[in-house]
Amino acid sequence: MKKFLSTFGFWKIVAVVFITAGMYSAYVRFAYGLGASTHLSDQFPWGIWIGFDILCGVGLAAGGFTVAAIVHIFNLKRFEPIIRPTILTAFLGYILVIVGLMFDLGRPLQVWHAIIMWNPRSVMFEVAWCVMLYTTVLALEFSPVVLEKFKMTKTIKVLKRISIPLIITGVLLSTLHQSSLGSMYLIVPEKLYPLWYSAYLPIFFYVSAIAAGCAMVIFESFLSSRAFNRGIEMHLLNEIARVCVVMLAVYAMMKFVDLKDRDALSLLFVPRFETYMYWLEIIVGVIIPLVLLSQEKIRQNPNGLFINAVLVVLGFIINRMNITITGLEAWAGTSYFPSLIEFSITMAIITVGFIAFYYIAKFFPVFTFEEHHESKVPAHAGVVWQQDIEKVSKVIV
Amino acid sequence: MLKKKALLIDLTLCVGCNSCQIACKEANKLPAEEEKVLSPTAYTALQEYDGVYVRRMCQHCDDPTCVSVCPVGAFTKTQEGPVVYDADKCIGCRYCIQACPFQVPRYEWSSTYPRIRKCVFCHDRLKQGLPTACSEACPTGATKFGDRDDLLKEALERIAAEPGKYIPKVYGQKEVGGTSILYVSSVPFENLGFQTKLQTTPLPALTWNALSKIPGVVSVGGVLLFGIYWITNRRQEVREYEAKLRETKTSSNGHSSTLGQ
Repeated sequence: MKKFLSTFGFWKIVAVVFITAGMYSAYVRFAYGLGASTHLSDQFPWGIWIGFDILCGVGLAAGGFTVAAIVHIFNLKRFEPIIRPTILTAFLGYILVIVGLMFDLGRPLQVWHAIIMWNPRSVMFEVAWCVMLYTTVLALEFSPVVLEKFKMTKTIKVLKRISIPLIITGVLLSTLHQSSLGSMYLIVPEKLYPLWYSAYLPIFFYVSAIAAGCAMVIFESFLSSRAFNRGIEMHLLNEIARVCVVMLAVYAMMKFVDLKDRDALSLLFVPRFETYMYWLEIIVGVIIPLVLLSQEKIRQNPNGLFINAVLVVLGFIINRMNITITGLEAWAGTSYFPSLIEFSITMAIITVGFIAFYYIAKFFPVFTFEEHHESKVPAHAGVVWQQDIEKVSKVIV
Repeated sequence: MLKKKALLIDLTLCVGCNSCQIACKEANKLPAEEEKVLSPTAYTALQEYDGVYVRRMCQHCDDPTCVSVCPVGAFTKTQEGPVVYDADKCIGCRYCIQACPFQVPRYEWSSTYPRIRKCVFCHDRLKQGLPTACSEACPTGATKFGDRDDLLKEALERIAAEPGKYIPKVYGQKEVGGTSILYVSSVPFENLGFQTKLQTTPLPALTWNALSKIPGVVSVGGVLLFGIYWITNRRQEVREYEAKLRETKTSSNGHSSTLGQ
């Protein structure tokens, strides 16, 4: 069995299963409606497509604006080797957020209404515009990579001239977008459990997204080094991890001050499901990585760096799921667990994201800086992964 | 200026005959079978709590949360009081369901082109000067239609006249800034499934508090980022210029072999 898996390709099987299940689920979703395909209800109108695909998708794309600001606004040019894969991650992240949204919206074909039917009092309206504009900005930020491939140097020159205003626009849009996802929950003061409900939700969302974005940069660099059998920019990732530590520390302190100001510290010790889930997100996503990543020894170790990045991302996901699901269950008087169809569509979207990243990185100059002297992951791991992906693509195409 | 209309629902007078739901279903052309909870086909429903019947329906807030959260403005608060919904605008994000403090909007989950369904306060009848279908059908006067100011006064008078019978509260007078549906009762509202911990100021102010900061964030943030770029870019230029200068100096001194590499 083990031999069969390694030759046939474990990841190939996984990808094929997820995509096939996803296509079937997409059919059920659009042919029979949300009621037949999801566990959503009038008591629980938003599930994992909002909580995971959209809130986590956008948040984990935050590396894009963080690294763009580091390289172009703070002029730390040594970070240039990681900017292209990071922008690609963010761009694909946003595209997949839009795909996820199409599944979640009851009337997806009317999504363009947000362009002409305005309601500036609505946070969702701000969110809609941020998605549209920032996806455009990301497309422009990534376009030199594509233009380079086709040697369209004139267009690249034009883009370079507007690059600074473009990147500043991107940072501002991201700031608004990340925080507005938190603002969405300001409207439910009675519904959201008080461990999470705070007037500072927009700021918490913003700061935690930067921390998770940094963690995603590390995560994605590590996986690409495996997939493409290339070195890891350990010295750069070490510094990115420092940014992550600072953001986590600021986040932890703000959360503590906020709970204290609201006289809600005692809630941390109430034996309830919400309390356990709150501690889980804080311990996994903040405390452990904060303690470990603040040590130089762990930041210099590729495995230490990778594992902690995964923890930050996991903690971030638990936080968003807690706010969208756990924290609302008590008020709704009902529990929610995604249906197999909701789950399989989410998994299919993630799978498509990985495959798209692989092919774009393969055919376009995404990784332009080679650093072979850096620590390397065993070569065969990358080769196997690459073969698997190729096999998968042959089956799919 | 049109006077804001309202319903006064006196729970002590309701006998649970369900005439309101029957009339509502007829007026809105909904399937006639009796329903005990709000649904896409029941804009009002009677719920019993130990012999006390409570009419559930859209509260038609003065500053409605659903109107504020809808990204495409599918909800409108009309001058006469009704909160109406335009399905042609709706994109189906369901933020209204998530945000409504009274948990009123219902979704056509089984449809592939779903709409939000809820009481619209017989908006078309109101425009013709008619009362709502439910108040017209109510045989006991438990649901009374009128101007909000008058009905609120009447509610307070009823409570003042019989303080032993009524609890001293008009539900809907202050909840989330006031609603067009007012309730008086002899049983505390928290025992009747009402949301009694709602704030007395409108909820849209909470999100507006964040949204109103956008122009400030964009303008100050934009200037700050340009400023940082301006400083760091100048530093970079100076560094490059100095490096160049050093290079020409060293090469003219004939030491290029030591520093130039």
